[in-house]
Amino acid sequence: MATTPRMHLPAGPKITPKLGSDGWIMRGFIALIAVYLIIALAFPLYAMLSKAFSTYQFDLSQFEFQVSDESGQFITESISAQSLNEKTSAYSEVDLSAGSGGRLSVTAFFPDFSFRSPVNYKIRGADSSAVFLVGSERHRGPEWLELDSNTFRRVVLIPNSATGLGNFSRYFETPALVRSIKNSLLISTISTLITVTLAFGFAYALSRSCMRFKGVFKLIAMAPILVPSLLPGIALVYLFGNQGMLKGLMMGESIYGPYGIVAGSVFFTFPHAMLIITTALAISDARLYEASVSLGASRWKTFWTVTIPGARYGLISAAFVVFNLVITDFGLPKVIGGQFNMLAVDIYKQVIGQQNFEMGAVVSVVLLIPAMLAFTIDRVVQRKQVALLSSRSVVYQPKANSGFDWICFGYCSVIAFFIIGILAVCQFAALIKFWPYDLSLSLKNYAFDLMDGGGWRAYQNSIRMALLTAFFGTIIVFIGAYMVEKTQGFKTGRSLFQFLAMLPMAIPGMVLGLAYIFFFNNPSNPLNVLYGTMSILVLCTVTHFYTVSHLTAVTALKQMDNEFESVSSSLKKPFYKLFFRVSVPVCLPSILDISIYLFVNAMTTVSAVVFLYSSGTALASVAVLNMDDAGDVAPAAAMGMMIFYTNVVARVVHLLLSKGLLKRTQVWRQR
Amino acid sequence: MIEASNHEQMFLKISGLWKAFGNFVALQDISLEVSEGEFVCFLGPSGCGKTTLLRAIAGLDLQSRGTIEQGNRDISNLPPAERDYGIVFQSYALFPNLTIYKNIAYGLENAGLSKATINTRVTELLSLVGLPDQGKKFPAQLSGGQQQRIALARAIATEPGLLLLDEPLSALDAKVRVSLRHQIKELQRKLGVTTIMVTHDQEEALSMADRIVVMNQGVIEQIGSPIEIYRDPETLFVADFIGEMNQISATATSTSMINFGANKLACLPHTFEPSSQVVATIRPEDIIPLDEKSQATDVSTTDRPAQAGNSSNTLETVITDMEFLGSYWRAELNCNEIGEETLNANFSMNAVRRMGLEVETNLLIEIPADRLKVFQQTESVV
Repeated sequence: MATTPRMHLPAGPKITPKLGSDGWIMRGFIALIAVYLIIALAFPLYAMLSKAFSTYQFDLSQFEFQVSDESGQFITESISAQSLNEKTSAYSEVDLSAGSGGRLSVTAFFPDFSFRSPVNYKIRGADSSAVFLVGSERHRGPEWLELDSNTFRRVVLIPNSATGLGNFSRYFETPALVRSIKNSLLISTISTLITVTLAFGFAYALSRSCMRFKGVFKLIAMAPILVPSLLPGIALVYLFGNQGMLKGLMMGESIYGPYGIVAGSVFFTFPHAMLIITTALAISDARLYEASVSLGASRWKTFWTVTIPGARYGLISAAFVVFNLVITDFGLPKVIGGQFNMLAVDIYKQVIGQQNFEMGAVVSVVLLIPAMLAFTIDRVVQRKQVALLSSRSVVYQPKANSGFDWICFGYCSVIAFFIIGILAVCQFAALIKFWPYDLSLSLKNYAFDLMDGGGWRAYQNSIRMALLTAFFGTIIVFIGAYMVEKTQGFKTGRSLFQFLAMLPMAIPGMVLGLAYIFFFNNPSNPLNVLYGTMSILVLCTVTHFYTVSHLTAVTALKQMDNEFESVSSSLKKPFYKLFFRVSVPVCLPSILDISIYLFVNAMTTVSAVVFLYSSGTALASVAVLNMDDAGDVAPAAAMGMMIFYTNVVARVVHLLLSKGLLKRTQVWRQR
Repeated sequence: MIEASNHEQMFLKISGLWKAFGNFVALQDISLEVSEGEFVCFLGPSGCGKTTLLRAIAGLDLQSRGTIEQGNRDISNLPPAERDYGIVFQSYALFPNLTIYKNIAYGLENAGLSKATINTRVTELLSLVGLPDQGKKFPAQLSGGQQQRIALARAIATEPGLLLLDEPLSALDAKVRVSLRHQIKELQRKLGVTTIMVTHDQEEALSMADRIVVMNQGVIEQIGSPIEIYRDPETLFVADFIGEMNQISATATSTSMINFGANKLACLPHTFEPSSQVVATIRPEDIIPLDEKSQATDVSTTDRPAQAGNSSNTLETVITDMEFLGSYWRAELNCNEIGEETLNANFSMNAVRRMGLEVETNLLIEIPADRLKVFQQTESVV
């Protein structure tokens, strides 16, 4: 009997679970949040992709003309626009491929056209697919339409739409656009190398030395998270720009371009890399160090054989996160990139500058590829890191070594000096009347209402948007994570949900914003009413920062005993009782973490919302961008620092709340 | 399958239960009946399906085929909340942010009971599990054993018809485990609640259960009282898994004889064809050392009750190793006939002292025929 061969289930009725009211409510919730993610993520992305593959082409053979003599008699034979174009070469091939908004004026086919001449024109399409406008009136079909010359000059042709790779081939035929790919990859790689190296040194000093003021250093290193990515750009302009304080240090090179982008990128990605590497270093096993020392290895050798291999997943993960942040960032290259084009800026230029939405979509798809790749590798590596974490290890305790500790202290001081320096320059710039001519202090740069960009209203909007994002985002994210983590059955639904929840991290903000335009600005979409409102900004921001929040919630929920649900249902309690009485209180610290994360990011984000704000919903971060664009650099710096201070206050409030909460609950939290 | 004792009312009836996880069949055709007030243990190695079976009864992981009836009600596909049981897990699963009092009261609230009734009931439960003054504390402030008693109190607070215990003692220290074992058993007897406990610890099962269900690889190997399971294992797996058992490869000769090297030994009646390969089993404590001077006539000097032994059922052995285990000696016996294989025997302190047993002495042992049981040879059991 012990070796009964593997059997198959006997035929017979399958047991279909009878769903209790709990089962129905939970499924309802999963469905609701899945619908949220589909509307806020899947549909917009689909709209964006289909836009990238829609091509628009003027088919000249579809249109025919007749021209009368001066008395209005039509004597010539009808002639197609195509043969007219061959004769006159009015339009080149490039002119004939267009965007959805492309219009082609017909008078160019007739070199001797004059709107005052008494000549009349007739126009028709070959079939009903050929459409042309007279003014704003649409006409189609093979009926001749006779127009006098004054009206005829208002005739424009409309391109045919089709699906294909036309946009992509046009993209790759445009050297200016293709160069951005190389630029983006180059800048991201260089920034990644510098940031990871600097951050590793910093993290190493924090975890392996006994230097003083570790807490202060860590706090300073986190500061760049609290400002929009374009703020370092403004500081760099003040320092090294055309009238910069330290312009001489540039030795004739311009800060506008690759140097500026790399410097700024290192600044704003530093805390992300530092956090990941610190975590990786914190888990390494002290016993390995003891073993290495007892085997007589030098410090140098120990470093290369124990420290680096132990932190390798952290280093790789940090590298890909930084790479992803730099390549998808839009604010910084916009402010300091000058003529040096990057992919994310190209999207903005195509959409806002040239209104070429199809090309914007194409650049988005191009940008998606490295972002997706970096994201995937990061996920794989993170999983391995977790495996390392769970193994039992002894925490490394650094021993005091005054020489080494002073080197670490010096290194961290230099980094801290640069970080504080960048912020100080911004604050200084904001308070100076007119750099570099009038250095007296004033608050005139805070008179935002006198500048373009939305004024103080934009600042209020930002706070409102950040609060709404933090509030609704936290609710949606936590309930979603709870449903994924703690429900039974409904497997396909849950794995689809999990996939959707991970997706936003791989989607660059610019791509998400553009996707929202395509989906929500479509007049035939009933959700069109959201377009231009505060709601769409909140929706977009929650979605943009969904993944990290989701992972935080999932981690917290995973630490809770899975049997709570079983016990509660055996005691015949509906799941929401358990949810409110146990799950939420136990996870409250993580819930607060999620809301502060959403708040801070909502305050600083530029990339997704830059496409979505309207005159009534301008945001502070976007105002920084727009004021800088308009030449009001000092007010831009002032607004940027307002964002910084707001985030500092938010973090302090969060800290106090968390501390108070831990104090109140420490009795039951102790292990 | 063995029927539950007839005079008591059948409470839980499981028939033809199967469970598959993908291609893996975790439960194969499980049928089982539990009568009211009974304490049943599911015992088996990890991965044998015992927890899967418990979770099917609880409605936490539904079975793939088969039915479960509880108190004449078909509960096969009901969600947990519509069944009638209390459950205790290995991890205690006490709600960390609620006081002990609130934890126990959790199932009583919103059940139409007045505050005073709940208060009385919780106080009563707290003293029932022997922790009358702990209501205001939080779970993290109690020891593991205390937490598990609270979990038990919470599970029985609503007076469920069935109590399910999923390895309730596995996370505790050895000493706490033994004392809690008795407390649970006593409580169960006092309340008379039908109880099913899952465990991989045979000592726990033997000491607590009215009946044990031994499981292996998704099937029930044997159902019986602890004594039946121990004395009369029905399969080689049960023989091997419960207690210690010597296993010797042998050849069947007749319906109650086996050949074992040059020795012929009488054994319990079996149905194997003559000359088929079998495994003969005997427990270490059933091997009787014979004083060579007095031979089998001196059976009474061993500290074992005189077996209806056949003095011809003897083997010449050499003691190759002796290990002192406190209340008895474990002797490793080598018998030329079985080559490298050795027999383990437990000898009392008395016998060892009196017979002067030590390593490398020759020893004649008796193998009582009514304790020598043969099984079919299988590959999976080493």
